[in-house]
Amino acid sequence: MTGFSILIGGKAGFGIDKSGFIIGRILNQLGYRVYIYRDYPSLIRGGHTFSIIRASSERIAVHEDKVDYILALNQDCINLHKKRIKPSSIIIYDSDIVKLEDGPEGVRQSGVSIAAIIKEENASEIMRNTCVIGAFCKASGIKQDILETVLKKEIPREVDLNLKVAFRGFDAVKELGKIEPLSQNPLPLLSGSQAMGLGLIKGGLNTYIAYPMTPSSPLLHFLAEKAQDYNLEVIHPESEISVMLMALGFAYAGKKVAVGTSGGGFCLMTEGLSLAGMSETPIVIMLGQRPGPSTGLPTYTSQTELHFALNAGQGEFSRFVVAPGDAEEAYYWSGVALNMSWKYQLPSFILADKTLAEGIYNFDLAAAGEIKEGNTVLWDRTTPYKRYANSENGVSPLAFVPDKEAIIKLNSYEHDEYGITTEEPQTTKFMQEKRLRKEEYLAKELEAIKTVNVYGEKNSSLVLLCWGSNKGVCIEAAMKLKAKVIQPLVLWPFPLKQFEEALSGVKKLVCVENNATGQLARLIKNYGFSVDKKILKYDGRPFSLDELDEALKGI
Amino acid sequence: MDENKLNTYAQNTWCPGCGNFAILNAIKLALNELTQEGLPFENIVLVSGIGCHAKIVDYINTNSFYSIHGRVVPAAEGIKLANPALKVIGFAGDGDAYGEGMEHLIFSAKRNIDITMIIHNNRVYGLTTGQYTPTSPLGFRGRSTPQGTKELPINPLELMLASGATYLARGTSHGMELLKNIFKAAILHKGFALVDVLQVCVTYYNLYQYYDKKVYELQRHNPLDYQSALAKIREWDYNSDSQIALGTFYTKEAPTFEERASIKEPRSIDREAKIKESLQY
Repeated sequence: MTGFSILIGGKAGFGIDKSGFIIGRILNQLGYRVYIYRDYPSLIRGGHTFSIIRASSERIAVHEDKVDYILALNQDCINLHKKRIKPSSIIIYDSDIVKLEDGPEGVRQSGVSIAAIIKEENASEIMRNTCVIGAFCKASGIKQDILETVLKKEIPREVDLNLKVAFRGFDAVKELGKIEPLSQNPLPLLSGSQAMGLGLIKGGLNTYIAYPMTPSSPLLHFLAEKAQDYNLEVIHPESEISVMLMALGFAYAGKKVAVGTSGGGFCLMTEGLSLAGMSETPIVIMLGQRPGPSTGLPTYTSQTELHFALNAGQGEFSRFVVAPGDAEEAYYWSGVALNMSWKYQLPSFILADKTLAEGIYNFDLAAAGEIKEGNTVLWDRTTPYKRYANSENGVSPLAFVPDKEAIIKLNSYEHDEYGITTEEPQTTKFMQEKRLRKEEYLAKELEAIKTVNVYGEKNSSLVLLCWGSNKGVCIEAAMKLKAKVIQPLVLWPFPLKQFEEALSGVKKLVCVENNATGQLARLIKNYGFSVDKKILKYDGRPFSLDELDEALKGI
Repeated sequence: MDENKLNTYAQNTWCPGCGNFAILNAIKLALNELTQEGLPFENIVLVSGIGCHAKIVDYINTNSFYSIHGRVVPAAEGIKLANPALKVIGFAGDGDAYGEGMEHLIFSAKRNIDITMIIHNNRVYGLTTGQYTPTSPLGFRGRSTPQGTKELPINPLELMLASGATYLARGTSHGMELLKNIFKAAILHKGFALVDVLQVCVTYYNLYQYYDKKVYELQRHNPLDYQSALAKIREWDYNSDSQIALGTFYTKEAPTFEERASIKEPRSIDREAKIKESLQY
């Protein structure tokens, strides 16, 4: 496995995200597989924002601490990232703004008078990015025509001026290193949010409703932007309470709907979630985790809402919780979540986090798995319609308003089969069992799907246990240790059988989680499994590969 | 349509003499007339919240969504936006609409979504056994305020007018004919309509005699004129002892949210091909 990393950093609001993406695209064109980690503070302009673009010959889903190139557009980019510099690193910086002392022995650095170039070309400040990208290409031996091709595709406005500025950057430095092209075809680059959006679209999504909240907003923005292309309704109402209730209104009228939020917004949705459980209304919730409690660290990452998702809402009702670990899983399982919601008429969760929602991955549609639509049980019109008609698996056939032959009564109260309120004990018990039975049948259906992933040395007695976005880092760390990785994709109904099978032969079970208490460890304890060690990170940042390697030393 | 067809087998559990009966009977009459005049019966969807009022959906044999406390409006909005051909009528109590769910009411009026809200405003919490609500008068002695409330009521119609509602009316639980006519007008109105019904709770706040003395029907009032509507709405602030006007205060033609959003039937799109196309580079 060959690879390297590039860090680009500057002030927030000056196009660092887009630049990271463009660099990713360039490396993609050279045959590399790419993962981009994005780090930004909760402010609109100023501060320090950076992206680490990691390239490799193999598929990857984690960044490394040490970087091979630093592209510095402000002083912070040097001051805050000194520890990332290796003797072989190359630093390209705006010499009009950044003051650079001599780095460690061997570090090659090249200043470009970017501010002056911008002024001379009468270009806007955001084009400083294009200039430094041009300089990076030359310094790393990337041909000018690749730079040109990618910029033409990625820059929406003032392409000619951007190219001019980029070429001036290109001409301003010498070749300092050489990124060798690989013989692999490029793969598309998608954020986890875009992958979730496409999965929902493929699964038949009609409507997306959300109130903005990091890190769920990128999904809202993506679907709003694509609404015309895919004929979607995208609505942003007054609060998350309204989001959830509106969504249930849409589902009542037969529209496949999803909502998205983060922990704080999800707090407001829980009464509506419980209503979905009682009224058996299909709903998908994308829950993007970030550090709490309360406001926490709005623009950073965590895995702290597993038990919240499992237990949210008053009363006991069926639910489905999936935790995808990369873009392909985000695509596939979002589609599955939507379909299972409609098949079993229950709430489904896509449990994501900032790392997955905003991380950028290569995406291979062919490898993601095919999302099949259309397993909703519909009323066959042979008997008078009852919204909550009893059945073997607890699923009542659906009809939607307006229907000349059916009166469709949905109810938050305990109700009879027709949907009329009841407080009668026998009906109460009967209906409670009907609603819970759906989850048993869902669990049975899931046994036929791969819900627990196993990677690495399948016979190893050392196991790294992870969920969600820690998949990538655990796979790479395990490779070095010749260990096995177990990643449950479905967290509820808990895939006990597949989990037990995956655990066979294990002597040492190490859980790796982005929280302070070990939430998956706590979940598996209910089934009699205990972990031998917890590696937990709860500073708002995802594990880097170096960091997990270090934590695993001596295990 | 046969009026009995609107009945269900649910046993009515409202107190004898409850003002909700007037609303139930008036809405059944209104729906009956509207369906006779051409409204497809299957297009009617009733939404209710939680409280005594909410049982109304159990008592009417139409499509219904028995929602939760304070959330009638967003549920109704979702149904309407999912299919603008539907006639969505929301029922809510005063605690439900003006307390817990006020934000939704304001935004729905602001959007001018074509739904009808009928507020069972008895100015007391009934089902939770007698506490003050947002429209109880100053000093109201309820079970949570035995020494009397220390806050003035809100005037919901004034708030709704300011928020952009395009149909506003008031009725009482005495006066079925007026109530039925207001309901019909509100349902037929294109845009956000709210009817505040001074519905009497016989058990916790019996205002039948008081209202009978105070109410009068609006005469020679121009509901198209905003300033006249505002003046009439301000005549009684839900606290003073003044006369209480009934009837339509305000009505206005304005584009609805769903018209502006041009919500249409889904076109068929080859999503798989479009996704693949979007992934080309």
